[in-house]
Amino acid sequence: MSTTTLPPGGLRPRTTDLAAQVPARRRRGRWRGRTGSAIRHTAMILGCLVMIYPVLWLLGSSFKPTSLIFRELSIFPSEWDWTNYSVGWNSLTYQFGRYMLNSLAIVGGALLGNLVTCAMAGYAFARLRFRGRNIWFTIMLITIMLPIHVIIVPQYVMFQRLDLVNTFWPLIVPKLLATDAFFIFLMVQFFRGIPRELEEAARLDGCGHARIFLRVMLPLAVPALATTAIFTFIWTWNDFFSQLIFLTSDDVKTAPLALKMFTDSTSGSNWGPQFAMSIVTIIPLFLIFLFGQKYLVKGIATTGIK
Amino acid sequence: MSAISELRTLSTKRRGPRPTAVTNLRKSDGRAAAVFLAPWFLGLFAITLFPLGASAYLSFTRYDMLSAPQWVGLQNFVDMVHDPRLLQSLRVTFTYVVTGVPLQLVAALAIAVLLNQGMRGLAFYRSVVYLPSLMGGSVAIAILWRQVFGEDGLVNKALGVFGIEGMGWVSNPDTALWTIVLLHVWTFGSPMVIFLAGLRQIPDMYYEAAQLDGASKWRQFRSVTLPLLSPIIFFNLVMQVITAFQAFTQAYVVSGGTGGPSDSTLFYTLYLYQEGFQNLRMGYASAMAWVLVLIVLAMTGANFLLSKFWVFYED
Repeated sequence: MSTTTLPPGGLRPRTTDLAAQVPARRRRGRWRGRTGSAIRHTAMILGCLVMIYPVLWLLGSSFKPTSLIFRELSIFPSEWDWTNYSVGWNSLTYQFGRYMLNSLAIVGGALLGNLVTCAMAGYAFARLRFRGRNIWFTIMLITIMLPIHVIIVPQYVMFQRLDLVNTFWPLIVPKLLATDAFFIFLMVQFFRGIPRELEEAARLDGCGHARIFLRVMLPLAVPALATTAIFTFIWTWNDFFSQLIFLTSDDVKTAPLALKMFTDSTSGSNWGPQFAMSIVTIIPLFLIFLFGQKYLVKGIATTGIK
Repeated sequence: MSAISELRTLSTKRRGPRPTAVTNLRKSDGRAAAVFLAPWFLGLFAITLFPLGASAYLSFTRYDMLSAPQWVGLQNFVDMVHDPRLLQSLRVTFTYVVTGVPLQLVAALAIAVLLNQGMRGLAFYRSVVYLPSLMGGSVAIAILWRQVFGEDGLVNKALGVFGIEGMGWVSNPDTALWTIVLLHVWTFGSPMVIFLAGLRQIPDMYYEAAQLDGASKWRQFRSVTLPLLSPIIFFNLVMQVITAFQAFTQAYVVSGGTGGPSDSTLFYTLYLYQEGFQNLRMGYASAMAWVLVLIVLAMTGANFLLSKFWVFYED
């Protein structure tokens, strides 16, 4: 299915030279034989271990009594304390599950918005002709790089006038209106790689733009939609700045805001429950990573997501 | 490939109509485009452009949200020049960008080149190395950082094993910022994935030719890999600089929202947040935001100008 892979885009086309088609591994991999390779693997494994040690330690420590967290370097608890999770879950105004659900609700709205409206806009930029297309397209690209800080103050005033502060709408409405232009760009890139013949066949069969978009383009764009979904999830889940601004009352707070409340209220004295809830907020990210890895890596590689 | 190369082509040559089949020769899809772009247009004007204009106006006013904005001319910008905390926040942010971004990119490039030597288990290593990028922006990791670099934290315990006496890295004004720089470097996985993809596009024949000429590994890296990868390095550099200037979460959580100790982690956006949303000086915050935009623009422009000296485009 060569039509459904992301196009190599602006990168130079692969050479047709026969030698170049031999996998690089077989020819360059001879590098000083086995010792060299063993050394490199050892170095990589050690490096990886150092890199993710803090995260593994966070996981291990979430099962340690707080007094032990400050004494133990090891990942594995010498004394297990399961109560961190129940204590952490119940120690804020609401149960921690409430904050997780709030986060999920916002993620859900953002997913819906980005998937539908960014795909629509992407299709228009990639395939439709209209006056000023290049200008609008350039404007769209520029908005990708616009810092949110320069619009957040008036946005706040605006949503406050509408009495929508402390609801999820200020965080969802922008996504429903395709302001995450980055994903429009991603869809444009992808749609451009789909052969035009497919649409033309559909057009000859009497399909209009709506049908072509829904029946031809979207089914082929599943990889790009998956990438959009995964990054929308990760970014919205990790978002802190705009949630901090728009959500100030306890009942609408999200998981990151709730985590932050721990650091306010307890002045860092009960690390155990804090660590436990930190792990809880990381789990969804980790699951996305586990199941979406293929699209994640491909998405970053082809579009240069940060 | 990227938004940047796209902008580059748009600015250098006008994209003519694509050659298309006869059936495709239609005048315009104006009406369909209006429908497909309707949400985006609405968002562009209501969520982006209107607030953009409004904040430009507010930057010339004093505004606390309780009473109407009061026109003060350039006063906010004059105040900024004399505001020691603002100057401190600029110092902090520039230090962070100028050290964190290059260190992160060097790490990303080094590991990408290493992995590209045809190592087995590439996919595994790539995943592990990417993991910190996935979580690095979260509050959970920032909380972890507070503990790890705290007085009794993991780092000091590890140093203790070697008999080295540590200190409160987060509570010491001389080191607090560096723990956040380190956190940024720690997330080198995502630029690394982009580098890896770029490295794979370099045709092997270049390396073969270099080998025939007797070029060493280092020479091959300098004369083949670096120039051919330079557009991607450039892309990463531009994007990372833009995002690094907007860093907020980590400094906010690690310092408990204060930017302390002694304003040593007072990032620009953190100060903006404090002024705008805690002290309700919305006019001043808007002025700060516009200065941020100008800084980001200037840095990006400088990057583009400097790119002429080191970025190599094959075409």
